[in-house]
Amino acid sequence: MAEVTKLIHKYLRHHKKFPHVWCPGCGNGILLGALIRAIDRTRLEKDEIVIVSGIGCSGRLSVYVDFNTLHTTHGRALTFATGVKLANPKLHVIVIMGDGDATAIGGNHFIHAARRNLNLTAIVINNSIYGMTGGQYSPTTPYGSLATTSLYGNIEQAFSIAELAAMAGASMVSRGTVYHTKLLDDLIEKAIQKRGFSVVEVISHCHTQYGRRNKMGNAADMLLWQKNSAVRMEKARTLSHEEMKDKFSIGVLVDRDLPVYTEEYGKVKEMAKKAMTQMR
Amino acid sequence: MNALKSGGCQLLLQGNEAIVEGAIAAGCRFFAGYPITPATEISEVMSYRLPAVDGTFIQMEDEIASMGAIVGASLAGAKSMTATSGPGFSLMQENLGFACIAEVPCVIVNVMRGGPSTGIPTQVSQGDVMQTRWGTHGDHPIIVLSVSTTQDCFSITVKAFNLAEKYRTPVIILADEVVAHTREKIFLPHPGEVEVIDRIRPNMPPDWYIPYEDTSRGVPPMAAFGEGYRYHVTGLVHDSRGFPTQRPDEVKGLMSRLFRKINQHFFDIQMVEEEATEDAEVLTVAYGSVARSARRATREARARGIKAGMIQLVTLWPFPRQVVEPMLRKVRAVLVPELNVGQVSREVKRVNQGVTRVETLNRIDGNLITPEEILSRLLKI
Ligand SMILES: Cc1ncc(C[n+]2csc(CCOP(=O)(O)OP(=O)(O)O)c2C)c(N)n1
Ligand code: SF4
Repeated sequence: MAEVTKLIHKYLRHHKKFPHVWCPGCGNGILLGALIRAIDRTRLEKDEIVIVSGIGCSGRLSVYVDFNTLHTTHGRALTFATGVKLANPKLHVIVIMGDGDATAIGGNHFIHAARRNLNLTAIVINNSIYGMTGGQYSPTTPYGSLATTSLYGNIEQAFSIAELAAMAGASMVSRGTVYHTKLLDDLIEKAIQKRGFSVVEVISHCHTQYGRRNKMGNAADMLLWQKNSAVRMEKARTLSHEEMKDKFSIGVLVDRDLPVYTEEYGKVKEMAKKAMTQMR
Repeated sequence: MNALKSGGCQLLLQGNEAIVEGAIAAGCRFFAGYPITPATEISEVMSYRLPAVDGTFIQMEDEIASMGAIVGASLAGAKSMTATSGPGFSLMQENLGFACIAEVPCVIVNVMRGGPSTGIPTQVSQGDVMQTRWGTHGDHPIIVLSVSTTQDCFSITVKAFNLAEKYRTPVIILADEVVAHTREKIFLPHPGEVEVIDRIRPNMPPDWYIPYEDTSRGVPPMAAFGEGYRYHVTGLVHDSRGFPTQRPDEVKGLMSRLFRKINQHFFDIQMVEEEATEDAEVLTVAYGSVARSARRATREARARGIKAGMIQLVTLWPFPRQVVEPMLRKVRAVLVPELNVGQVSREVKRVNQGVTRVETLNRIDGNLITPEEILSRLLKI
């Protein structure tokens, strides 16, 4: 069996849930591939992995993979994931969100999850638009871009998701694209292995709702756009603000060791138990 | 602590504290909440009681997150709870609906304050009865229990967890500011004496497990994440395997089962307390802290020769129609005192269908209805 067929048989609910709902050429499928390749490399058991997703085209990912899967409500995936992780810290919890999901409706949960530093992996698929509802502008839609709710050009400024996560206190933050698949596999694997809250921002394309309206071509054209706009983190650090205009950095932005919530809570438990015995 | 001594013990506790003791006795090991008057003490006490019993407390960023977290924790196998008041309860509605459709056991305490909006945070009200019934969107059954004494706060909380586990459903406890903050003597049984029910877990091999299978009880066994039964949980309407569906027969199958699992166990869920109802000619139907005033008024009316009786509703939803309806046929008139403009009275009238005279006594000024107010109405009725 070819390596890829083995992975498909092992990790996808291939005989139950396919064909999938995504448009042909959508970046979500590429991310799905990267995710199972990365998980395979970690050698974790399928039973110890929980995939939690929000609502959106991206959120549909959870139904296709053969893990413990939880398809939650729009923007709230991290809150459910927090409960899962705290109730059973042995589980490896990976959260899949869209850009609107994670930073509009779920923005509050996103920054607090990063600050709290639970041992969770958050993957945000940033396709610059609300895909599922048909192409309304999102918090990552660039200034001036067209969307069904910004026919005259978007007048809001976009979030940079990775920088937001870093500022909010995540232990590891990286950015990749669905064009740079080898890098993406690495970034996801690193994020899963990282102790503490890790975020992978995945620059992707929604050619159907965003590319078409903004004259960026088909899925292949948009992959080329990712290729041409991405600058490796090391190089980006040497470039000026002007030089980085219309470009974005890829690679690991932040990797630091901070107190991990579950370990800290273990100490709280010990102290509380001691206090109770003294009271008795 | 005294509470853990064998043979149980007596304590002076606040309603909110008793709710915590009830939850822990019932096996609650996860609590997520956000501070709000008059429910805050529940979070505060949970924050040191839970870690001492190997449980987990977390203060979330808001009530939406709290509700999401308790659903997640329950799916990972922990009995879980949150507590809030009106504004927070409003924020919980969407994820509460998720718990209904995905059949995730959990307990939500709403210590009512006057509303709408920020309302009167420190005063008593019963304004959320209909919100507990219909707060989250879409057709769904729900179990709602009300508490009127500190002792109730303990024992009804235990019941709430038991019902949640038995029927795989969220259960809401409606308390109010008076019950929550009144300190009274309470008997805490020895933990071994408390009847605790746990969700039924699958015992078949994982390949045979159908997570949303229609069983005769209507309640499928529930596996915890990580136990080897990898399955899908979603807020979308799903088939018996948990996968999204739009097939009319499967949609109807799920929706009907959700209702059937509650309806066919109605007598197990329905809880009321009766006082002097055998020969009653006038009946008071009350719940929550108002039931305390109603009980006193009923006794005083009896002392004055009026054949008064009362039904205290412990279960508010599903409405305990099987008890209330026959009583309505027997008595001359019914009085429904409550701290809103008429929410349970509306349900009593619906069940009554115009047969008996139903009178209401409402207070919406942030104060409790007194026994005297009820008595004076009973004397006139
Ligand atoms: C509370 C709530 N509000 C609105 C919606 C409608 N809705 C579904 S998906 C979506 C946007 C999805 O966009 P994004 O998160 O960027 O994910 P994508 O579809 O692009 O993957 C919205 C607004 C919803 N499901 N729930
Ligand atoms: S609408 Fe966009 S995001 Fe959704 S599946 Fe199609 S291409 Fe992908």
